[in-house]
Amino acid sequence: MRDILEKNTLGGISVDTAANFLTIKDVSTAFKINGQFYDAISHVNLQVHHDEILAIVGESGCGKSTLATTIMGLHDAAETKITGEIDFEGTDLLQLDEDGYNQYRGDKIGMIFQDPLSALNPLKRIEDQISEVMDYHTDLSKDAKHARVLELLDQVGIVNPQRTARQFPHELSGGMRQRVIIAIAIACKPDLIIADEPTTALDVTIQAQILDVLRDIQKENHAGIILITHDLGVVAETADRVAVMYAGQIVELGSAEQVFNTPEHPYTRSLLRSMPQRENENDDLYVIKGNVPSLQKMPSQGDRFAPRIPWVPASAHEEHPSMHEVAPGHEVRCTCYKNFQFPDQQGGVTA
Amino acid sequence: MSLVEIKDLKVHYPIRSGFWNRVTDSVKAVDGITFNIEAGETYGLVGESGSGKSTTGKSVVGLEKVTSGSIMYDGKDITERANRRKLDYNRDVQMIFQDSLSSLNPRKRIEDIIAEPLRNFEHLSKEDEKLRVLQLLDIVGLDADALYKYPHQFSGGQRQRIGVARAVATNPKLIIADEPVSALDLSVQAQVLNFMKKIQRQFGISYLFISHDLGVVRHMCNNIAIMNRGRLIEIGTREDIYNHPLHIYTKRLLAAIPETNVNQRAAHRASRLAVEKIYDEQQSKYYDENSEAYPLVQVSPTHSVALPEEIAHQLANQEGEVQA
Repeated sequence: MRDILEKNTLGGISVDTAANFLTIKDVSTAFKINGQFYDAISHVNLQVHHDEILAIVGESGCGKSTLATTIMGLHDAAETKITGEIDFEGTDLLQLDEDGYNQYRGDKIGMIFQDPLSALNPLKRIEDQISEVMDYHTDLSKDAKHARVLELLDQVGIVNPQRTARQFPHELSGGMRQRVIIAIAIACKPDLIIADEPTTALDVTIQAQILDVLRDIQKENHAGIILITHDLGVVAETADRVAVMYAGQIVELGSAEQVFNTPEHPYTRSLLRSMPQRENENDDLYVIKGNVPSLQKMPSQGDRFAPRIPWVPASAHEEHPSMHEVAPGHEVRCTCYKNFQFPDQQGGVTA
Repeated sequence: MSLVEIKDLKVHYPIRSGFWNRVTDSVKAVDGITFNIEAGETYGLVGESGSGKSTTGKSVVGLEKVTSGSIMYDGKDITERANRRKLDYNRDVQMIFQDSLSSLNPRKRIEDIIAEPLRNFEHLSKEDEKLRVLQLLDIVGLDADALYKYPHQFSGGQRQRIGVARAVATNPKLIIADEPVSALDLSVQAQVLNFMKKIQRQFGISYLFISHDLGVVRHMCNNIAIMNRGRLIEIGTREDIYNHPLHIYTKRLLAAIPETNVNQRAAHRASRLAVEKIYDEQQSKYYDENSEAYPLVQVSPTHSVALPEEIAHQLANQEGEVQA
């Protein structure tokens, strides 16, 4: 697969056949609460291509991590109900059993977790933790594995791989630990890397370095990266495409330029407006009214964002909000984005 | 006169080792910092993790044993416990914590949580106390039925506002806010920040705003101090720090803030890497031989930077600032 891809890119032809290697079709994940199932994500449709970073952005509780764990198959079948189809290079991941899934996890799909300390085993040396993935998925010799570990540590920007390989997680700084996690995730050159809030626990300077590492790795491996984050700045700096999620649904999807330069959905616009910006240093920040509905109270019909923009008349919303294409590759849910204005822009009362 | 004057504050933690378990070395968490907090203003303290900013905050509230130096409040040094009691310092200075869940007692109802500082300092009657708590809940925008709920029944933003209500209960003059919004979502963060500004306007409260998020600090603070390895690297007004940073560490921090302008992505990245390169190569120029920061040098009435005198003035001239 990767050979085809390289050939195609070298020839300067766009990689149509190999590009769409992950297709998420109409996926819903419901959790059981008090004997009843509630949708944490509902009817998500997404495609991930090779050589791109797709950012999924949203506030806590919007379902972005659930989407990641659904792709990785990390849910207890007794407590969750997953419907839909996740087509990964021709296989429907959701039909796989545990053994089948293990063929993919760590090999073709790598995952980077938010908290590097709890994702590492405190009792094992870094080298053993990185080569563990290779024990399962490759038949490399011991020496080959050792060489690969050093190569990986070097690739993620660790200055002294020899030394770090012998160390334990507690001896490393937060940024180094996150680099090790990335090294584990890319050990088998996965086609898909899922990074769940990879820089949230880190300082800004370290964050910038880690994002650089991710971008370089994506270029080298021609991998597709799903970057899950709540930080719009991180998205604007790294992502090629952006999916904005609200209350378990994708509300806006487009290239980074489209979403940041011409945001359409009221939620995206509200989020961008509530960021502290250089221009409005002394003004109050914009506050989105109300709260994200909890799982049990999630409305099953109508626009889920409607209660938070109460000044928009009900007629502006769709009964069953669907995605509308506003530009090639740029989709927005519901019709309420048309003519949407903030109250103060209409000359009304500020929210 | 400033509200609080911090002079040459040092907090060192001893490292004990050897057979007699003697003090052999110390971790210099805070190593000689000096700054003033004016009444009614928000003072920003910025630094990466491990820079000593939280330790500074804790020392100012009196939670940390200070090794040397003084914190002057109302003409008295409050690093001494007796002075704190005399001045009712613990009533005038309150704290908002980063993690709202762990800073609220899970077994107590909101009524008791908010009333605790009142019970310590005000000795109100039952009815007055309840009235005051209701008033406080109203200020932070929570309903009266919150009184009998427990912390876990609230969302993160609401809990942080309860923390704020508790902090303002005794009408303090200064609130130490240690990363008050770093655990919150964007929209909730906006709520809490707006609200902090509102009560500042209403009650003239000063804040010591401790954060690593330079975007939030720019929004909140008039004066900013950048901290690195226990020392202050640069002090100045918002204008000084964001538009004319002098120290390479400040420049590096500023360059690392992600920009939301997608069109400038490549340019922003290039400038960040350039700054990073200078930071790596010119350590000896910006730090002394023990790789510690130099003492602060004043380059304009509001702006000081931790560099040798000549370099500081030379850089300031390049930046086109008026010399002091």
